[in-house]
Amino acid sequence: MSSQNDIKMDIAIGNMLRIGVSVAAAVVLTGWILYLIHAHGAVPDYRHFHGQPILLTNIGSILRGVGALDSRSIIEFGILLLIATPVARVIFCIAAFAVQRDWLYILVSSIVLAVLIYSLFFRT
Amino acid sequence: MREFPRSLEGNLVGLSTFAVLVWLTSLLAGLLGALTGLGGGVVIVPVLALLFHVDLRYAIGASLVSVIATSSGAAAAYVREGFSNVRIGIFLEVATTLGALLGAYLTAKISTHAVAVLFGAVLIYSAWSSLQLKHVEPTHHPSVLARKLKLIGDYPTRSGRKEYSAENVPAGFGIMFVAGTISGLLGIGSGAVKVLAMDRAMKLPFKVSTTTSNFMIGVTAAASAGVYLSRGYIAPGLAAPVMLGVLIGSLIGSRLLVKMQVRVLRMIFAVVIVALGLEMILSGFTGKL
Repeated sequence: MSSQNDIKMDIAIGNMLRIGVSVAAAVVLTGWILYLIHAHGAVPDYRHFHGQPILLTNIGSILRGVGALDSRSIIEFGILLLIATPVARVIFCIAAFAVQRDWLYILVSSIVLAVLIYSLFFRT
Repeated sequence: MREFPRSLEGNLVGLSTFAVLVWLTSLLAGLLGALTGLGGGVVIVPVLALLFHVDLRYAIGASLVSVIATSSGAAAAYVREGFSNVRIGIFLEVATTLGALLGAYLTAKISTHAVAVLFGAVLIYSAWSSLQLKHVEPTHHPSVLARKLKLIGDYPTRSGRKEYSAENVPAGFGIMFVAGTISGLLGIGSGAVKVLAMDRAMKLPFKVSTTTSNFMIGVTAAASAGVYLSRGYIAPGLAAPVMLGVLIGSLIGSRLLVKMQVRVLRMIFAVVIVALGLEMILSGFTGKL
């Protein structure tokens, strides 16, 4: 079963995951340092739940916040990159199965991708 | 345990001190999570909730982010060794991602008291499961379903590559759906439940099931992360130190794991996890969480 193709695919997936996590962690770290420099005083009230400002809960406004160098938006952007890493992995799997003409697994990985896209872009 | 957190509250301690304390605690949680195989999430949520008095929803949101990071980081190392099975992984991800959507949806419907009680129960089960020694003898009589779905493979052993195939596919798929739901509801990787599906039900070889399960955790968590983000569960000032701490801690932990005997540590840690679990259940019932 473990053909050359499968092994190549494993190595490529490994590299992709490593790059994705490293970039995401670097962005979160940058945002966090900026956050600690700019925000001073008391700790935000994490004791009671009151959600997040609407600006930090959707992809479009997070990207605008990054443009304005808002530290919290940069952290959320890093988190979005982190979420994108496994999504990219699934897209990569679809491509790799396509090369192998494995129709069944093109379908299976497309279902997983559809669920991921649904959760990212549709409000519940 | 009750008196200490008061000094960590808002006005008494500065933001930087709080941030560094959360970061260090997360690093320790990631380290212990990797050494014991339980994952950082099951440790950091109760610690944030019980010690730092963080609302359970923020704790779960921060933990979920760290789960994606550690899973992807560890999977990157595992896939190169040739143990993980991409087809079995992606097939079961259909179940876990659908479950994760349901779980993330349920977090808004269920009270935090109930979430705390459930979390405690999962902690105790995870501790018990981490102490079980599993030596499943892999079989290679693929069922019709396993052959059709290509849920077969081979893995390196000392005596060359050994073939295996998945058994009880529907049961494994069903348990994975539950694992996904728990992951989405509690913001953890729920590795213990995944092991139940892959080791016990599907009878996959230990190395294959642990590495494949790790591989799946990131995708599963990503499915609920979108919902968490839009609900405002992911507080940037809290998620950043938790993610960075757990990630670094688990990287150190997985390096140490190769050189260390962890049996005693595992036992001690299981006791701590059970204590945290009981505390969560108690706090849930008395309405503290």
